Amino acid sequence: MIDFEPTQEQKEAIDIAHEFAEELFRPVSRYYDEHEHESPRELIDKTWGERNKGTLALGLDVTACLRIEELCWGDAGLFLCVPGPGLGGAAIFASGTKEQLSRFLGHFNEGDPKWGAMAMTEPGCGSDTSAITATATRDGAEWVLNGEKIFVTWGKRAAENPGGLVVVWATVDKSAGRAGMKSFVVPAGTPGMRVEKLEKKLGIRASDTATIIFDNCHIPFENILGSPEVKKVDKGETKGFKGAMATFDATRPVVAAMAIGVGRAALDFIKETLRKQGIQIRYGVPRQKLTVLERDIMEMEANYKAAKLLTLRALWMMSQFQPNNLEASMAKAKAGLAVTKITQKAVEIMGPLGYSRKYLLEKWMRDAKINDIFEGTGQINMLIVARRILDYSRDQLR
Amino acid sequence: MISFSPTEEQQMIVSMAKQFASGEMRKIYRQCDENGAIPEGVIDTAWKMGLTSSSIPEEYGGPGGEHSAITGSLIAEELAWGDLSMAMHILCPALFAYPILEMGTESQRKKYLPLFSDEKYKAATSGLIEPRFGFDPYSLSTTARLDGNEYVLNGEKCYVPLAAEADLLLVYAAEDGTSHAFIVERDTKGLEIGEREKNMGIRALTTYELSLKNCHVPKENLLGDPRGYDFNRIMNCSRVALSAMAVGVAKAAMEYSRDYAKERVAFGEPIGSRQTVAFMLAEMAIEIDATRLMTWEAAWKLDRKEEATKEASLVKTYADDMVLMVTDRGVQILGGHGYVREHPVELWLRNGRGFATFDGMAIV
Repeated sequence: MIDFEPTQEQKEAIDIAHEFAEELFRPVSRYYDEHEHESPRELIDKTWGERNKGTLALGLDVTACLRIEELCWGDAGLFLCVPGPGLGGAAIFASGTKEQLSRFLGHFNEGDPKWGAMAMTEPGCGSDTSAITATATRDGAEWVLNGEKIFVTWGKRAAENPGGLVVVWATVDKSAGRAGMKSFVVPAGTPGMRVEKLEKKLGIRASDTATIIFDNCHIPFENILGSPEVKKVDKGETKGFKGAMATFDATRPVVAAMAIGVGRAALDFIKETLRKQGIQIRYGVPRQKLTVLERDIMEMEANYKAAKLLTLRALWMMSQFQPNNLEASMAKAKAGLAVTKITQKAVEIMGPLGYSRKYLLEKWMRDAKINDIFEGTGQINMLIVARRILDYSRDQLR
Repeated sequence: MISFSPTEEQQMIVSMAKQFASGEMRKIYRQCDENGAIPEGVIDTAWKMGLTSSSIPEEYGGPGGEHSAITGSLIAEELAWGDLSMAMHILCPALFAYPILEMGTESQRKKYLPLFSDEKYKAATSGLIEPRFGFDPYSLSTTARLDGNEYVLNGEKCYVPLAAEADLLLVYAAEDGTSHAFIVERDTKGLEIGEREKNMGIRALTTYELSLKNCHVPKENLLGDPRGYDFNRIMNCSRVALSAMAVGVAKAAMEYSRDYAKERVAFGEPIGSRQTVAFMLAEMAIEIDATRLMTWEAAWKLDRKEEATKEASLVKTYADDMVLMVTDRGVQILGGHGYVREHPVELWLRNGRGFATFDGMAIV
């Protein structure tokens, strides 16, 4: 039955997350935006505790994403400091064995805060993940990793804090192209893995975005996710690469959920400001009678709704074990662009209140933009949607 | 619990409507548009499927199915995918029957609903839109004045579908500035049906101007008792229904231009293998899905009898823009071929342009 009502449990999850967003995130939002690379210790400890109690469990399901929207309504940069297996965990969930799941993620509910990260992007390759040059060489019972990874979200925290992990994408056979691409789990503190630098960014400044160097980094053979065999299945499509893509089907709706949280923060701010001014948005009034302001706000709200519903659908499909590759990309493409536009328009509408660092709106505009970039740019997601609806392979539609 | 899966019963109805749309409507829609007429046979076939009558309660001679805006939206999308003129013609009796079903007094329900439980198509309609700039359904120029035991109606209406064919009309008029609905029978003195309108699109659907000159109707023809009547809900049903139909029209244009883009070769490759065309199609597909989901959400609110003005008006406006963007690109992807009437995309653009004008189409 078509239904848009969250369960009682989900409503409570939303309320709790919203309270954290208001009380724990918002008060320090500006501070950590202006003190880049400083760690929000209190927020990390608190959210880690709540996560392990289950009150702030963050995964890939509908409930978790309803929480994520609220937390990112609070602050998307600070949300990216919340400990947990993160994208590294998502990759392990997507292609790890049961044994690997318990070995790598079993300890993620105890002890000190821990993070998981995924290292895919390199200086020479972004969206074209098949062009990866990092290598993994077999050496007896070990793999030896070499290469440079950039833009690793949670990179420093995952690589340096005990118990953390980084999932690294590397090729075991350059001549095999996509078929040679595999993912490996590198536990935090493994010799040969080091954080080279932290990026200074436009937004989400509280989030650490690291460059990680792998220099003869030895890991156990069993740390490969999926099969070590290089096997051409058909025309360049391989299991290893499919593992990466399956991860994206799961994580893209999550990023879309983050995006809509930021978009809603901006919308709520505008509506609250207008309410204080006694300005009402008149829904249901014919279009030619609306003010430009009303038309703008309605368009922003509709776009927020469109993005949110596409996101919920992609997540719901995943919960039903239905393939959601097309729908995940639709949600991500729409949400990334929608909130970029919503927040930019919001700054315009609010005038001096929008541009000033006295308020958070200008920050949300800077934060929002990342959602149109990471986990696949808007353009890559459009390309995936186009391929799916046209039924074209990557060779037929480049 | 959040879910995007229609019920089994809804899936059955959808597949029936889909089959009818592709098997019957799509075979004749171009010819209907050119001739400005729809063969009676196809309307009767559609009526027999019970799309409108199925939710009429047993006590009024109907099958007593559930009346649901979600089900109505699913049906409206499929039929509009087949052809918008025919979809509106097929569903037109609901413009009269559904407000009576939902809000009518017991005697109005008893008197009128059995007429729609018949095997044969029963033409009935409603008149809301007025032929003037700045038309606003909440501020109608057509007036109703109580005079003893009768209401006296005065004013002009336009875009009244099937007005000449219908025996029963629901006319919207303002009484002391508030929009109310009045049941007007075809032969009422003072009701004049004008010439058939000539429109840019929906050319197969007959629509008329109509004028009410001191048109007297009995007092009990005021729809509902004042408490049961909810004009805003009728408007919201219209917004949802039109959004669903916009999705259907847009889907037709997207699918056709997508298939064309895979066939048409330029510079040695199908034009669909160029990002400039492929990205247009991707955006069309995303916006169609987004609009459908927003339509469902607004319909869901209506089914729960919740206030849905915000959701319904947001999606209607979004759908107006979406269907124009999508159908325009449908023409654009076909280029010169899209402009000639040999292909259907120009028809969908003409039909799609109408959504910003259409109002009062409460057929869900």
